[in-house]
Amino acid sequence: MTFDVVIIGAGIVGAACAASLSSAGLRVVVIESTGIGSGTTSAGMGHIVVMDDSAAQFALTRYSQKLWDALEPDLPKLSEFEHCGTIWVAVDDEEMKEVRRKHGYYTERGIASEILDEQAIRAAEPNLREGLAGGLLVESDSVVYQLFATRFLIEKAKQHGAELKVGKRVVEINAQGVRLENGDFVTAKTVVNAAGFAAADLSPGLRIAKRKGHLVITERYPNFARHQLVELGYLKSAHGTETDSVAFNVQPRSTGQVLLGSSRQFGAVDSEIDYAILRRMTARAFEYMPKLRELSTTRVWTGNRPATPDNLPYIGRLPDHEHIYIAAGHEGLGITSSLGTGELIADAILGRESAIPLEPYSPSRSFNEH
Amino acid sequence: MNKGISDILIVGGGPAGMAAAVAASVTSGSIVTVVDDNPLLGGQIWKASLGKIKSPEARRLIESISNGAVRIINNAQVFGSSRENSLLAETPGGAIEFEYKKLIIATGARERFLPFPGWTLPNVFGAGGLQALVKGGLSVENKRVVVAGTGALLLAVAEFLKAHGATVIAIVEQAPASKLNRFALSLWRSPAKLAQAAVLRSKLTGIRYLTNCWVTSAAGDDRLRSVTITRHGKDRKIECDLLACGFHLVPNTELAAVLGCRIDDGFVTVDEFQKTSRDNIYCAGEPSGIGGVAAALIEGKIAGLAATDRTSKARSFLRDREKIRRFGESLNITFALRDELKRIAGETTIVCRCENVEFGRLTEFDNFRDAKLQTRCGMGPCQGRICGAATEFLFGWKPGSVRPPIFPVKMENL
Amino acid sequence: MITLTVNNTPVSVEDGSTVAAAVFAYGAVTFRRSIGGELRGPLCGMGVCFECRVTIDGVKLSRSCNVIAVKGMEVDMDE
Repeated sequence: MTFDVVIIGAGIVGAACAASLSSAGLRVVVIESTGIGSGTTSAGMGHIVVMDDSAAQFALTRYSQKLWDALEPDLPKLSEFEHCGTIWVAVDDEEMKEVRRKHGYYTERGIASEILDEQAIRAAEPNLREGLAGGLLVESDSVVYQLFATRFLIEKAKQHGAELKVGKRVVEINAQGVRLENGDFVTAKTVVNAAGFAAADLSPGLRIAKRKGHLVITERYPNFARHQLVELGYLKSAHGTETDSVAFNVQPRSTGQVLLGSSRQFGAVDSEIDYAILRRMTARAFEYMPKLRELSTTRVWTGNRPATPDNLPYIGRLPDHEHIYIAAGHEGLGITSSLGTGELIADAILGRESAIPLEPYSPSRSFNEH
Repeated sequence: MNKGISDILIVGGGPAGMAAAVAASVTSGSIVTVVDDNPLLGGQIWKASLGKIKSPEARRLIESISNGAVRIINNAQVFGSSRENSLLAETPGGAIEFEYKKLIIATGARERFLPFPGWTLPNVFGAGGLQALVKGGLSVENKRVVVAGTGALLLAVAEFLKAHGATVIAIVEQAPASKLNRFALSLWRSPAKLAQAAVLRSKLTGIRYLTNCWVTSAAGDDRLRSVTITRHGKDRKIECDLLACGFHLVPNTELAAVLGCRIDDGFVTVDEFQKTSRDNIYCAGEPSGIGGVAAALIEGKIAGLAATDRTSKARSFLRDREKIRRFGESLNITFALRDELKRIAGETTIVCRCENVEFGRLTEFDNFRDAKLQTRCGMGPCQGRICGAATEFLFGWKPGSVRPPIFPVKMENL
Repeated sequence: MITLTVNNTPVSVEDGSTVAAAVFAYGAVTFRRSIGGELRGPLCGMGVCFECRVTIDGVKLSRSCNVIAVKGMEVDMDE
């Protein structure tokens, strides 16, 4: 049995690739070592957000967001998809300049956003502290409970004939397809490496580093927050070269629970909770939303983002390999960018014209001198 | 955050913790601290009644450790550890960090609840649960109560409730009479226990003790109004005000697990001196094996002695512990849960109370983790303590891994 | 005896009683509603099941079975 495509990894990126490729009529098999979405996917925040840090990031996140909106009617209720919007929070006039720049950037590109002043941001989010300069409200951003969305994408792929092998680990990509840990071979014309931060194990030379993050979830406090709230300093943290950084990032879940992030650490040795950075993260959050202090938290966990040197994922063919494609390295934008990635990979494999240029995400970047 | 440094830190102020504290502090010169999440010492089995401990044995122990040699911190809920040899606890005044050289985990056990239709109605309680609430001041005067589930605890609870003015209509015990008779016969070896049993028997005159019997459903409107029991294939409806229903105890191993102690078959693995797989961590009482007060006292003593480097003295208690353990094991065999209890839940019976997950939604999974991720079962504030114990029995699922905080805690205290 | 308020109503309980006992003394058997809206009351009596949660002096989601009632406490059950 030869498949058209074997996809390594059933995280949200692999699942999106599976859905796109099998909808296009290809015979797809997805091989997952542990469980659907059990890696980075399950640790994430599920924030679907359009980012403006670069033209390529904007293109990918915007394209993906449109795909999410188109998918929304089909998503099961358990996916908890909500158009709650994002508010980028500014603490002072300096940051309000950035708010205005962002507003201009989005407006030029057809994304509606609203500048909020000090009164307006407090009206929008009463639990934010007094004295914040304001913010930018982007209504078109959403949140999703990504685990169910991942399952949905896998189911969709299966409905189009895709197969799923769970509990099998790929140890080698070869000319015929992949070899599994148990010695089995899976033959396929094309391989898609969607193995997240482990992608480099299978495709040496890919520069993907693990970037550890912490998340905290509370008990149910309906309406404590109404939008995803992100500090403008978030990008400094995400793009920074510091080993450790934190940024205020709060998400209201449809259950009424409040999800709090974010922290970033390179070179962490394990997945254990690092109280030093966890406390930095909560302390940062209390600066923006003091009432968070009182909320009862039921769980703290960590996850590893797959980070690339230039903060863009690898989407496309692996250089010097006709049949190997990479779909990995999405750092903190995996949920958002998954759907766009799936379509771009399908376009690349099928030779279709893609909705956005593929070149900025080329895996060949990883092999060039930086 | 305040810090406290102890030579011996004991988590849990029930019989095991107190016995450990006495053993560790008497003539050892060590700084001994007992941390407990309740307002008063005594744990569950010796829980204070309106602020007063009734058991003379408990009072003696409390007196021994209240003489200043032992530091006692109440209302402190241990929830995690931020570094080696230290624990974090939440108190009404904020978080405290406790550093220790040696740790004795004496976190006791909780009741196991098995779901049946109507079990979430107000006025359905655990067996120990209702007793605890009455000790906290709930009045059961003239209330009609059915005490159900399994174990010697039911007898103690029935006696307790009767003494507090309740009308105990019946004790509904799922174990078959044959097993109970065998157990009763074996008591001849232990005159003290026989005497205890006889006294208990006399106090329970007038209360029907129905063996081979279990509750299949509870009914009511805004509260419980009746239960239906089944016995030898026949159902019977009993009108009542309160149901006190529990099925054995489940060890509170969460702290041990999160500290990396080895857990086997649901219990903390300990050596002959109650030492866990972690060199400076001991465990005494229920988390190392359900054995009741007697086991807790002697294990606490052994752990307290061993933790203060007096293993030769500890050795002298090993034989008694063996005897007590064997008795505990025969209790477990006698009151083993029958298979029929796996089938009393209906499709729409809630299993996870925190997240309202019904039995019918869980049957498609074959492990707790998948069920949790897909249905949210176990994702509520009880962190799977109630539904985990139930699903382990109902489906054979091993509970998932334990993550801190092991109790919900205010974000500012993380 | 000490007096506290439950849902704005004065309730007297014996010294050493828990807040849960005060809620029962007030006459309620329902402490909270489940996420599906069902009526719920305490189950385990020992702080493990979280069914006894009420608001105590403004602090939401407090387990009432483990808190000793104090004179003047304000208890609310409108979760």
